[in-house]
This record gives sequence, C-alpha cells and structure tokens, in this order.
Amino acid sequence: MSILIDADTTFIVQGITGREAVNLTRECLDYGAGAKVVGGVTPGRLGRDVHGVPVFDTVAQAVEHHGSPIYGSVVTVPPAFTKDAVFEAIENGVQLIVIVTERIPRRDVAEMVELANLRGARIIGPNCLGIIVPDVIKMGGIGGPAKNASQAYTPGPIGVISRSGGMTTEMSSTLSAAGLGQSTAVSIGGDAIIGQTYAELMPLFEADEQTQGIVIYTEPGGRMEAELASWVTENNSRLPIVAFMAGRFMDEMPGMSFGHAGTIVEGKEDTAGEKIARLAQAGITVAERIEDIPQMIGEKIAQGSAR
Amino acid sequence: MRADGMFIAVEVDDQAAADTALARKLTEACPVDIYAQRDDGALQIVEQNLDECVLCRLCLDASPDGAVKVIKLYDDGAVL
Amino acid sequence: MRLFEYEAREVVKRAGIPVTDYGFTTDPAEAAQIAQRIGGPTVIKSQVLSGGRMKAGGVKFADTPEQAEAYAKDILALEIGGHTPRGVLVDPKAEVEQEYYAGVVWDGTRKQPVMIFSPVGGIDIEQVAEEQPEKVGRRHFSNILPLSDFQAKEVIASTGVTGSALNRLVPIVTRLAKLFVDNDMVLAEINPLGRLADGSFVALDAHMDMENEARGRHRKLLADLGVGEEETRQAREATPFELAGEEVDATDHRGVAGNVTEFDGNLGLVIGAGGGSLTLFDAVRAHGGDPANYCEIGGNPSVAKACGLAKLVLGKPGVDKIAVMMSIVSNTRVDIVARGVIKACVELGYDPAEKIAIFRIPGAWEEEGFKILEKYGVDYADRSVSLNEAARRAVEKIQGAPA
Ligand SMILES: Nc1ncnc2c1ncn2[C@@H]1O[C@H](COP(=O)(O)OP(=O)(O)OP(=O)(O)O)[C@@H](O)[C@H]1O
Ligand code: SF4
Ligand SMILES: [Mg+2]
Repeated sequence: MSILIDADTTFIVQGITGREAVNLTRECLDYGAGAKVVGGVTPGRLGRDVHGVPVFDTVAQAVEHHGSPIYGSVVTVPPAFTKDAVFEAIENGVQLIVIVTERIPRRDVAEMVELANLRGARIIGPNCLGIIVPDVIKMGGIGGPAKNASQAYTPGPIGVISRSGGMTTEMSSTLSAAGLGQSTAVSIGGDAIIGQTYAELMPLFEADEQTQGIVIYTEPGGRMEAELASWVTENNSRLPIVAFMAGRFMDEMPGMSFGHAGTIVEGKEDTAGEKIARLAQAGITVAERIEDIPQMIGEKIAQGSAR
Repeated sequence: MRADGMFIAVEVDDQAAADTALARKLTEACPVDIYAQRDDGALQIVEQNLDECVLCRLCLDASPDGAVKVIKLYDDGAVL
Repeated sequence: MRLFEYEAREVVKRAGIPVTDYGFTTDPAEAAQIAQRIGGPTVIKSQVLSGGRMKAGGVKFADTPEQAEAYAKDILALEIGGHTPRGVLVDPKAEVEQEYYAGVVWDGTRKQPVMIFSPVGGIDIEQVAEEQPEKVGRRHFSNILPLSDFQAKEVIASTGVTGSALNRLVPIVTRLAKLFVDNDMVLAEINPLGRLADGSFVALDAHMDMENEARGRHRKLLADLGVGEEETRQAREATPFELAGEEVDATDHRGVAGNVTEFDGNLGLVIGAGGGSLTLFDAVRAHGGDPANYCEIGGNPSVAKACGLAKLVLGKPGVDKIAVMMSIVSNTRVDIVARGVIKACVELGYDPAEKIAIFRIPGAWEEEGFKILEKYGVDYADRSVSLNEAARRAVEKIQGAPA
C-alpha cells in the first residue's frame, strides 16, 4: 500500500494554465496508471483545456462538474494568491493540498495550516514537489517527466520524507539502484513552517504494512528533527530510520542563510550538529554519505528492531 | 567554433520565410523567441536566441513538412 | 530582515506602545542638541545590527549634552561584531523601577505565534528560561481566530505578575502580538520593557525582524522607516562578486542561476539544486576542497543564465577550473546547463574539456546533455556516480589528491 494517495486519488491543479503547471499536469497524467486529474482552475479561463483536463474559474465548478467530492489539489499559483486558493480548496471539501509555490510568507502558511486542521484537511508543502507512489501515481512535479520518474523510483518497502524536492529523487534513485524500492516518497517542502512535518507523517507510515523503514533528508533550521526524535521515542515506533543531514558547513556561519528559506538558524537547537545529536539519541542513524544509506537501512530492517 | 549558435541552427526555406502568416505562427509558437517578424512581416531568425532552443518541435508542428529545420550542431548536424 | 533599534522603536510606537522621546543622529554635534532638548541625563546607544551592545561599550550614560556629544563620537567610531554603527540613539534616561521582557516569535512545530513574557527583563530571555523557568510565560495564539486581551493577561499572570502592573501590561503585550502579525515579523521583542516610578511602562529597547518574503506588502512602512529596497541586512554585506551574481540572475525570469556566496578558496562551484548544493558543498569540504563560492542552480534557467554564472565563477581570481554538479534534476534540464557552461568556456577562449573538472548532472534530457559533453570532451558522470564521489573527483582534479 501507500500513504496519502493511491491509484484512485482524484485531484485538481489550481493555476493549471501556468507554464510549470502545464508540464506538471502532463507528467502526472503520463506517470504510472495515469493520475485522475479531474480538472484545473484558473480564474477567467473557464472552458479551456490543458492536455484534455477541463479548466474552470472556481473550485466549486470543478467539483460540480466532477459530480462528487474531489480528494486533492496541487496549488501552483503565485505567492500573493496562494492563501486564497488554498482556502478555496479547503472550503470546497478538498482533503489533501500540495502547495508547490515558493516564497509564501509564514503568516499565510500558518493561516492555511490552521484552517486545514479545523476542517480535517492536510497540507503538504509549501515549496515542495509533492508525493509519488512508485509505478502507481504521482501528485506534483516530483521526479519530473514520467520517464525520468520511472528511472529513479521503484516500488518497495522504504518510506522517504525530504525537505528538498530534488534530494527526494536523488535518495530514492540511490535506494532503487541498491534494490530497495519506496512505498511512498513525500517532498514536504523547504520552508520554516510546512503543512506536514516528519513527525506528522510518521503515523501514516507506521500504519502502512508495506513500509518497513524510513529514510529522511534533513537540513539546519527549525525544530522538525527534534520533533521527530521525540515522536519515535514516545511512540516506540516500529520503523527503523536513517537520516541524511545536509548543510553541516552552515554551523560555522551563523546568521547566513543558504538553500531553502527554512534553513535559517534561529536558535541553538537549529544547528546541524545539535540535530544530529538529537536524532542519534532517538536511535536514528545519521548517514555521512548518501551512498551509505541503502546498506544502513537494509541492515536495520534485517535486524528487525527499530532502535 | 562559432561563438554564437554553437549548439543549434535553424534553416527555413525561402518560400516559407517570405510567408508572413507562417512567420506570425512561428513567432507565436517558439517559447524562446527564436523567430521574429521583420517590419515587412517576413521571417527573421534571432541569432542570439538560437542556443536557447528547447527542442520542443512546436515550430515544426506549426509549419508545412520540411519547411523548417532545427539542426543539432552538437550531434553531427542531426535534424530534429 | 532585521531592523535597527531606532526603526524597531518606531514600529513599536506606531503600534501604540509607549516609548521614550528619543532622537536618532549620525552627528555628534546633533547628539548634543538632542540631549539639550531632552534636558537631563541621556543614554547614548549604538545603532548596529548586533546584540550585546552594552557589553561592547555601545551603550553609555551621559549627564550633560557635552558628555552626550563625546560619547556619540566614540560610539559612532566603534565597530561592534564587525559592523560599523548606522548612527546613535540619544534616549532620555528613564528612572526604571523594574525591567520586564515581552516578545513574540513563531513556533514552527505548533505552526502558531507564541507570546513570551517575563518579569525578569534586561537580560537574554534564554538565560532567564534556563535559570528561572517559572519566571517565563509562553502562550500560543491562533492565526485565524481574533486576538484578544485575555490571552496576554493569561501569559503575564502565569509568571506571578498581578495588581496594577498586570492591568497596565495587558494592552502592551496584546499590541506587540498584533504588531507581530500585522507586520509579518518573525521576531518582535521589547527588552527591557521598563516600569517607571509612577507605575507606567515604556519600551527601552526593541528588536524586530521582518520576514524577507513579506517585504513586498510593507513597502509603505519600510519607505517611512527609510529602509532601501536594496538593503538585504544579511550577516555581512554582499561582495562585488555576489552583486555580479545577482545581475546574472536578473538577466531573465527563467529559473535561478547566479545567487552566489563568495568564499576564498580556488575550487569554482557551479552547483544545484537547493538540497543538492548543501550536500555538495559539505562533500567538497569533507574531501579537503576549498570552495571559491557557493551557489544554487534551479528551476530550469536559460542557457544564457547558466553561461553567465559559469563565466562569473571562472573569472574569479584564483579559480582555474569549475565543477558542475547537481542532484538528479527533473525540472532543470541537463542539456541546457551543459550548453551554458560549455558556451562560457568557449566565449572566454578556453577549452571546455580543460576548464570543466567534472560535470555530474543526471536527469531530465540527460541523453542530449551527454551528447553535448561528449562532443566537447568534457568529463561527465551519470547517476551511478554519487554526489560525494563527484565532489571527491572534483577536489582531486582541481587541488590534487589530499596530502
Ligand atoms: N532609556 C533608558 N533609560 C534607562 N536605562 C536604559 C535606557 N536604555 C537602555 N537602558 C539600560 O541599558 C541596558 C542595555 O540597553 P539595550 O538593551 O538597549 O542594549 P543591549 O541589551 O546591550 O544590546 P542588545 O539589545 O543589542 O543586545 C538596558 O537593559 C537598560 O537597563
Ligand atoms: S524546437 Fe521549439 S524552441 Fe526550438 S526553435 Fe522550434 S519552437 Fe523554438
Ligand atoms: Mg537589550
């Protein structure tokens, strides 16, 4: 099985007529069994189509046209309009929202996440590439064109969670090459506040029988890794975890920001060094090199004990 | 080696180049502005944009067979 | 983007929180005039984007206008934490009975802002939290429900503050929370918040940090404060090399290439994407490499942009070769980057096979890309070569094997 999405998942693309969104729609339609992209929304473009997907002015029109609730939405509208687009999706019953847009102010993200929580919806991102279930479905630009995605992702027992979209593919490709496929890979986004953190996705992987181990990509900045460390300890997780930490050099350069917006270090606990220590304390193996990950996670799974 | 247009060359046959309607179609189709129209409406190739060609074939789809050729100079002159 | 104290205090004042009647100046003689107008003891404070000014000698107490002038002169010339002050604040010295702390920050785990309050102010709040945790109150508040005074009241009361101090503090903390939200701050802090003999409160120092992504919606405020659009307020000013990089990035709207950070090594890096760059930079250093720069290619830049970036790095003094490396790409195209970096070499009159130590970008359009690299004899690697191994080869080629 998979988490978050499966072959039957229906979704729309908000901002579907934008250059990147047109490509992303093509990719999702082509990948695996072909995603059920049941509509697109761009205000003022009602009646057009993008690769055969009908375009509407509002999410409500898309839902009405579909005739039953739509499960997901990929949001690729400019930062100033993202909050409104996400509110629109949530208020029209959408359950799972993947926000691709970068550079959205934190206040807007926090508002979207709080409304989602109130309505029982889930947000992935912002600043992310989405979700992929190898050979089945992808929701978002993750892995790129269907052909490229198939080259990197294969079905298997590993859940992948990453703050970097590109590194989700790099790590999955390395796992695939070693014969370790993925149950689901989630690009959770590189911002300081995101819809779903490692710890928030863990219960889903925990409940997924196919998943036997977790591989995560982490960076300096934020408390997300500390949150994961407490979660696995408190919940006595069955899943072994291997983490890769990039951006170690940033510890020597306080106040400078590199990479994603979320890497800005705002406190002592945010540094790479501090995070590595916390993860290790919780029994999470921290790899120095990506190529070491397959053997590490393979051995942990073989040993049959998570910590 | 040529300093500009090292990777891509575009050839348009004379008859097609003089066709202003086709010139407009090509100008609209190409995402990286390799085609433009001269003041008299005839086609003009924008030399400094040639290397930006993304091999999307939109110009080929917009023109009669064989009228436009996109050539990959790095691939022994292979035609797209 | 961090604000100077004189800007932060203006924001505090506009939010309806009492501040002293201070003046800002860059001129010692004017400092004397301001002190004259104030008419009494003053505090001369360095306006610099660095903490711990008092310890560094950047905060001095003057009794007379002459003294104010002399201190202003000293402080204006005093570098703190590598920064020259922007000016000085001449602040009426308040007769403070007790110093308090009030702040608001984001909690990324709860995804809500949190008010922090303490009756122990004037020192670092993290220190108070460690030494007297019962004296630090915290309270999250909703992003979408209305902000209400009772929330501030609860956090203040939780630290044992009661009586008239509690009632006078409530509107201040509420206004601080509102200011934080309204101005897209990532940090809004008043420390110390002084209680005077008559029981009133006044903000004696403020620390504000506005989120960069939100600057666009506060143009009016920033213009009023005199913050220029070009001011980044990074930990250090941008170098000419970095500014040239920004120019490359501005050539067109396609993708990102050019947001470089300068380092002093000789290993030129043309790397991407976000996470890939962080990983590669670590790997280069782990193999003893000495990078000349950091950068991030992403979002499918044009050939012209990739070319501009490669030229910039190749042109940096001390750089002999560049390593072109990215994590597997799905949006950015291998062939486009390959064209760009080869074009850069050729246009500068170099042989790409010489100048490009290694090209490791697998992914979208790699067949076309590899054909181009093949044609120019550039050493390239596909996904079977890890980021780490590519970095090792680059270091070996450019700097020689580690001794
Ligand atoms: N106007 C004033 N009246 C009386 N005392 C003041 C005044 N301004 C500052 N002080 C005293 O000086 C101390 C240091 O000032 P301030 O907090 O502005 O600088 P700092 O803490 O050294 O620097 P930073 O906040 O940048 O780390 C305050 O804690 C307060 O006790
Ligand atoms: S293939 Fe595409 S990019 Fe190249 S010239 Fe034709 S339309 Fe322009
Ligand atoms: Mg202070």
